[in-house]
Amino acid sequence: MIANLFIFFGLVFFFFGTIGTIRFPDIYTRLQSSSKCDGAGAVALFVGLMIREGFNIFSLRILIITFFLLLTNPVSTHAIARSAAIRGIKPWRKKDNKESKKERRIKGK
Amino acid sequence: MAGKDIQMNIITAIITILGITALLTLYRVFFGPTPWDRLIAVNLISSKVVSIMVAAALLFRRNIYLDVALVYAIIGFVSTIAISKFLEGESRGKR
Repeated sequence: MIANLFIFFGLVFFFFGTIGTIRFPDIYTRLQSSSKCDGAGAVALFVGLMIREGFNIFSLRILIITFFLLLTNPVSTHAIARSAAIRGIKPWRKKDNKESKKERRIKGK
Repeated sequence: MAGKDIQMNIITAIITILGITALLTLYRVFFGPTPWDRLIAVNLISSKVVSIMVAAALLFRRNIYLDVALVYAIIGFVSTIAISKFLEGESRGKR
């Protein structure tokens, strides 16, 4: 029962993370949604599968994969955001959106 | 026997839902405006494929699928870091 609850939470995180990755307007917001999908969804799913499996060779290896994902997903997320910020991509704002379009028309780009 | 069928159905449902969400994420790979969007989507698909491999290992009762999942996670991490460093260092030559 608890295992099924964890699996359900993991699938919910995956589903809404995917919707956020498709629908959000900017790199950084999409990155935040994708990071939740990686960090929370996959870990909750693996914890649910481990509880369902019991103490086994399967659950030990799933534990190793879970620790690896917990170590590497924030690192990769930070690397993507850092490279986008160094390259000079500005965050999306609702008020400045029309002004930036006007500036682009004035500059002729 | 009926309880075992229900457990197998849960794992099959996990694999199906994760596959559908991975196919939805392909939209961002194809139509992403910048390269970083495509990188985010590919990273997300890699994480979903790792989850699908773990669920498939419990479905078919094979040990080696978990090793495949771990190696796939390592390759996805290294490729994400390499592509992001490549996209970052592109600006130094132009300035």
